[in-house]
Amino acid sequence: MHKEAAIREPLILGHKTYTDITADVCKPIEDKAPKMWYVLFSIALIIGLYGVGCIAYLIGTGIGVWGLNKTIGWAWDITNFVWWVGIGHAGTLISAVLLLFRQKWRMAINRSAEAMTIFAVFMAGIFPLIHMGRIWLAYWVVPLPNQFGSLWVNFNSPLLWDVFAISTYLSVSVVFWYIGLIPDFATLRDRVKRPIPKKMYSILSFGWSGRAKNWNRFEMVSLILAGLATPLVFSVHSIVSFDFATSVIPGWHTTIFPPYFVAGAVFSGFAMVQTLMLVMRKAMRLEAYIHTRHVEYMNIVIMVTGSIVGTAYITELFISWYSGVEYEAYAFINRFSGPYWWAYWSMMTCNVISPQLMWIRPLRRSLLFTFIISIVVNIGMWFERYVIIVSSIHRDYLPSSWSMHYPSHIDLGVYVGTIGLFFVFFLLFARFFPVLPIAELKTILKSSGESYKNAPDSHGHEGHDNHNTNNH
Amino acid sequence: MAEKIIYAMYDDDDVLKDGAKKLVAKGVKVSEVFSPFPIHGIDPIIGVQNTRLGIMAFLYAITGTMLATIAMRYFMISDWPMNIGGKPNNTYLENILAFIPVTFEFTVLCAAHGMALTYFLRNKILPGLPASNPDPRTTDDRFVMEFRMSENSNFTEEELTSLIQTTGYVELDQKEVK
Repeated sequence: MHKEAAIREPLILGHKTYTDITADVCKPIEDKAPKMWYVLFSIALIIGLYGVGCIAYLIGTGIGVWGLNKTIGWAWDITNFVWWVGIGHAGTLISAVLLLFRQKWRMAINRSAEAMTIFAVFMAGIFPLIHMGRIWLAYWVVPLPNQFGSLWVNFNSPLLWDVFAISTYLSVSVVFWYIGLIPDFATLRDRVKRPIPKKMYSILSFGWSGRAKNWNRFEMVSLILAGLATPLVFSVHSIVSFDFATSVIPGWHTTIFPPYFVAGAVFSGFAMVQTLMLVMRKAMRLEAYIHTRHVEYMNIVIMVTGSIVGTAYITELFISWYSGVEYEAYAFINRFSGPYWWAYWSMMTCNVISPQLMWIRPLRRSLLFTFIISIVVNIGMWFERYVIIVSSIHRDYLPSSWSMHYPSHIDLGVYVGTIGLFFVFFLLFARFFPVLPIAELKTILKSSGESYKNAPDSHGHEGHDNHNTNNH
Repeated sequence: MAEKIIYAMYDDDDVLKDGAKKLVAKGVKVSEVFSPFPIHGIDPIIGVQNTRLGIMAFLYAITGTMLATIAMRYFMISDWPMNIGGKPNNTYLENILAFIPVTFEFTVLCAAHGMALTYFLRNKILPGLPASNPDPRTTDDRFVMEFRMSENSNFTEEELTSLIQTTGYVELDQKEVK
């Protein structure tokens, strides 16, 4: 068994046993929902329904209701799309990349981070669909035999790559998440007493019985899915960045985009995980499983990816001057000193300065400070996309076409609505699904649980081996 | 003919593992182990072969790669060659860079879903199927070893039970199945 250094803080605090883990994770599901859950759910649902209303109005009227104009033909929707896809990246990174690196602390957060990924990618998916205007023709993006000759979709276009990337990403994330959920649904199935929940969890658990061979396959499938999802998560945001990088617009036509977008995505995703986890651990009394050590690790990821993003911003500025292309140089001078200077400097403050504060240990171990920074980072990352997209196109080559982008109330409604819908989904998840991976947490209890770790050798696994003749 | 099954329940994974080792050394066949989480190292003891799902994943993956390549070659080169922005699609190889992202995504798509489906079918888990763990506590904190008398024909029931008694079990149960 893997042995962890004694000076490391245990990952599972308190003197937990296997059944304590089951009970702690299942309790919020079995208990009545607290009043706060209903309050939050109602608020999220009202905001979400307002967003759905705005979308219905948009589809009924046409995308003229957005604040776009002849110069700025792409602004609010694509900003939100990239923002949501980016947020989604943390879940896959936590569950796949950290699994490959055998990082056990991921087990406290992977389940809900993956749920967050799936819901965030849902929200992202709304934007390209509604921006088609005639959403009922959305199937035209799929290469289907058709009566136009047959005219196929353009496989040279990054927009089509996006179709494949996002749909693969969403469906593979769902499968990865669900395969991990099956054994935990089985735990719930065998625990709950009331007939309807029992029936529901029995269907959801697919008849999982936990045989040795099942677990053997389970571990292999998790490992391979992690291996597949790791390049997938990098490819998805690279392809999203190609939407811009393969164009010839100054400010977009940049080879640094793929790594810079991927780092930014992980940065904003981890910030969103922090926002959600800090509330969830308190509300669902999971402080023993998600605590300062986990928060600190995530803050270090935020600090590193934030530094990559900051380096990328400065590199972009330098190269725009060094390239000697006056259009490129102008795009960047205009970015930080033109009419969108406030957006640029908000982005710089939120994304470059705030993560650097994480170098200070008491700050990155402070839960309140982390919570504030996590929200600041997501505001900053929204501005990043807005700055890249709008500030690059609002000054056309032809000064008579120069323009500004002002979002309409439908723009705002759809965006705020997706935040509402996201929380509707997340709150439902937190209410009915096991928010921590019960089975996986039990595998680390003996190596990283407080009671086993700090126990003398007469107790637990090591002590047990002493009177075992077949010791290996 | 009815068959007798003995279930020995343990409250610790390491106790079960040591017990299994002891019993297997005496020639007992452990038919199955039910546990709430993967017990690392149990498979070689009770003779569970390592899964071949990895090989299947690779086969699904290259199927995806081939399908994507054949389809894109047909769509973009032979059926309706497009010249977009002065970038003609004369041959597949000339334009292969543009086809890499979709090839990769489709490879991952086929590998992940093919493997997941195989996993469900081989484990016999699908929505609505009944669970077959002998005790509901095996998904919480109990670990169960199953012994089928038909697979342990050189032991009588009493001999087997007395051997199991040396392994530190917490509960012993038996069942007749057809």
